Amino acid sequence: MTDKTGNKTFNLTRRTALKGLAAGTSLILSPAVLRHGLAHAGETIKLGAPIHRTGIGAAYGRWYERVANAAVKIINDGGGINGMPIELIIEDDGTDPKRGTEVVEKFATEYKVDAIFGQLFSHVVAAAAPRAGELKVPYLMCSETHQLAAGGFSRYAFQPGITDVKSQIASMAPWVSKNLGKKVTMIYPDYAFGYGHRDFFSAAMKEQGGEVSTLIPVPPTETSFSRYFPQIDPSSDVIYHVMVGPGVLTFVKELGEFFGSSHPAIFGFVDSIEAVDLATPQLSFLEDSYFWEAAPRYAQADQTEFDKFYREAVGVDANGASTSDPKDISTYSHMFSVWETLFAIKSAMEAADYKGVEQKEAFIEALENLGTMEASNEHPQGKKVMDPKTHQAFGVQNISQVKSSKMEVVYTTTIEEGMYEPEVDYSKMSL
Amino acid sequence: MGFGPFLFLATLEGLVQASVLVLTAVGLSLVFGVMRVVNVAHGEFFMLGAVIAWFVATNMPGDPAIGFIAALIISPLAVGAVAYVADRLILTRLNYNPEATIVATIGLLYVIQQSVLMTYGADARPVDPPFYYTIRLPWFGYSSYKLFVIAAACVLLGVIWFVLKRTKWGLLMRATQFDRETALAFGIPVRKVYSFVFAIGAGLAAIGAVLIVPIQQAHYLMGLDPLLLSFTVVIIGGLGSIQGTIFAAILIGLSDGILSVFFSPTLAKIVSTLFVAMVLVFKPNGLFAKAKR
Repeated sequence: MTDKTGNKTFNLTRRTALKGLAAGTSLILSPAVLRHGLAHAGETIKLGAPIHRTGIGAAYGRWYERVANAAVKIINDGGGINGMPIELIIEDDGTDPKRGTEVVEKFATEYKVDAIFGQLFSHVVAAAAPRAGELKVPYLMCSETHQLAAGGFSRYAFQPGITDVKSQIASMAPWVSKNLGKKVTMIYPDYAFGYGHRDFFSAAMKEQGGEVSTLIPVPPTETSFSRYFPQIDPSSDVIYHVMVGPGVLTFVKELGEFFGSSHPAIFGFVDSIEAVDLATPQLSFLEDSYFWEAAPRYAQADQTEFDKFYREAVGVDANGASTSDPKDISTYSHMFSVWETLFAIKSAMEAADYKGVEQKEAFIEALENLGTMEASNEHPQGKKVMDPKTHQAFGVQNISQVKSSKMEVVYTTTIEEGMYEPEVDYSKMSL
Repeated sequence: MGFGPFLFLATLEGLVQASVLVLTAVGLSLVFGVMRVVNVAHGEFFMLGAVIAWFVATNMPGDPAIGFIAALIISPLAVGAVAYVADRLILTRLNYNPEATIVATIGLLYVIQQSVLMTYGADARPVDPPFYYTIRLPWFGYSSYKLFVIAAACVLLGVIWFVLKRTKWGLLMRATQFDRETALAFGIPVRKVYSFVFAIGAGLAAIGAVLIVPIQQAHYLMGLDPLLLSFTVVIIGGLGSIQGTIFAAILIGLSDGILSVFFSPTLAKIVSTLFVAMVLVFKPNGLFAKAKR
C-alpha cells in the first residue's frame, strides 16, 4: 500500500491477522503450555516451590532449585512421606513481589498443592506470605526475614530451616564489639532485608556499649559502588557490609580498590560474596577479614559427617563450588534452608499422619511442635529449635575469617545466644 | 575525606559513566537522526554486547588482555550483524513507519532479552579486565582500568567524528539524514545506508558494553539503565545531533556522578529527569537541535 507521498506504509490484512491469531491460539492450547492445568490429583504430596530463577535473586534460585531436587530425590527414594512420593512443582517467581504472589495463587488454586516452600528475598516473602495465609496454604519460607517472628504473617507461615536476621545479629554483635571495635559504619541494601540489619545491629551494638556511626544504604539493583564509599566514616573501627543482587562482585571489588591494604576491620555478611569466587585476584584485600556464615562454605577440618553427606547430595565440593564446574560457586550459607525445610515438612507430615488436605490443621500443629531437631543428615547445618509461638527455628551461627582465600570458622555461637523473647503467638490464632 | 578528593572521586566516577553513556547514546542518536527510528531495543544491543564479550573472553585462552581485545573486536561486529539482520527482517518490512518501528523494537527488546535468558542464564558473570592495577592516591584507590575506559571513549569518539565528517560513508549518512528523498534522487542506496546505520548504532552500544563489563558484570537485565539514560541524553542533546549527544552525555554523566557521591543516587536520577522535563518544556527539540527546515 502507498500513501500520498509515494512512500509505502505498513499494512496488516485481515487474512494475515486471522492466521496469526490461529497460530497463537493453537500454541496456547498445545500440551506444552496447558500441561500444568491438566495436572491430575493422585496419591502424591504436592509441594509448590516458587524459586528465584530469574531477577536479582537468580544466583540463589539456581542453587535452591538444585537443593530442592536433591532433597526430594532422597525422600522419594526412601519411600516418600507416609508412603506417598513428593511431586515437586517449581515455578519461577522472577524475584518479584507481584509475580511471587501470582505464583503462590497458582500453586494454591490451580495445582492445589499441600504446601509452598522456598521463597527467599524478603520483599517477595513480604508480598507472597500474606496471600498464602489468605488462601490457607501452609507457606514455608527459606528467607531469614524477621517479619515472620515479628508477627507480620499468619498461622500458615513458617520458617523451620534457617534462623532469622534478628537472631543472627543478636548472637554476633557481642563478638564484633569485643573483637573488632565499637564504632561501626554499616553498608546495607536499601530494602526490607537491609533495614533488618540496620535496626537489629544498631540496637545490638548499643547494648554492647558501641555505636553505628554511619549508615550507607545502597539500592539492591545498583551496579556501581565507588560513589558510596566516601561516606564511610574514616574514624570507624569496623566496616559492616551486607549486599545482595547481581552487583555483589562489583561491590566487593570496588571496596577493595577504594581502600587498598589499609582499612578498618571488615566484617561482612557472607551474602556480599555468595556465589562469588573468593579466589578472584581483586578480592585479596578481604584476606583476614571476617564473615558471618550460617553454613561454612569451605569444608572445615572438623566437618561433620552430616555436612559431608549433604555436600555430596547437592553436588558441592569442599570449596563450596559445584562438583561439575569449579567456577559455579554455591550460595552455601542459605541453600541448606531448602533442604532442612523439606525434611521438616516430612517429619511434621509423618507426625500428623498426613494423607491429604483434610489433615492440614494437624500438619500445621505438627509444624509448630517440631521442637528440637538434632544435627543429622536431615539438618546438616546443625541443631535447630522450633519456637511454636513465632514459627521461627533457631540455630547456631558461625564467624569465619578469610585465610588464603578460604574461610575458616573462628567462632560458633550457641543457639541460646540468638534467642529473644517471642513477639507474637501464632499458635493461638485460628486456622 | 576532604572536599577536594571527594570532588575528584565524584568527577572520575562521573567521567567513567559519561564515557560509556556517550558511546551508547551516539549510537541511539545516529539511528534516530538518519533513520528516524526510535530504537527501543538499543539497551538490549548493549546487553548483548556485554554477554558476547563474556563468551569471547571466557573461551579465549591465555592472558585476559587477549580475551578482552578479542571481545572488543568480535562483540560489536556480532551485535552489528544481529542488528543488520533485524533491520532486513523487520524494519524494512515495516517501511520504517515511525509507530510500527517503535512497537517492533519493543518486541525485539523482549526477543533479545529472553533469548539471552534462555541461553546465557540469569546470572551476572564477570569478565576479567585486561589489567587491574589500582592507582593509590593519598585519599583513596582508583582502578586504572576505569581511566582506560575514559581514554578509550575519547579515541572512539574521534574515530566516529572522522568517519562521519571525512569519509564517503559519513557523507552518505549525512546526506540521507539531511534529506532522504533528495539523497534517493542522487542515487544514494538509502536502504543500504539504513541497514548499515542500524548495525553501526548497535555496534556502538556493544563497544560501550564491552568497556563496562570488566567493571560491572554481564547480566540479562543490564540493558534497561543504558536505554533510559541514552534517551535522556538524546532528548537533552537534541535527537539526531551528535555534538548535542556528546555534550549531554558528559553533562548527565558528571551530574549523576557528582550528585550521587555528594547526596544520593536517587537525587541524581531526580535531577536528570527534571532536566529532561525542563528541556522538553523550554527547548522541545533539544539544546543543540537546529531549527526545523
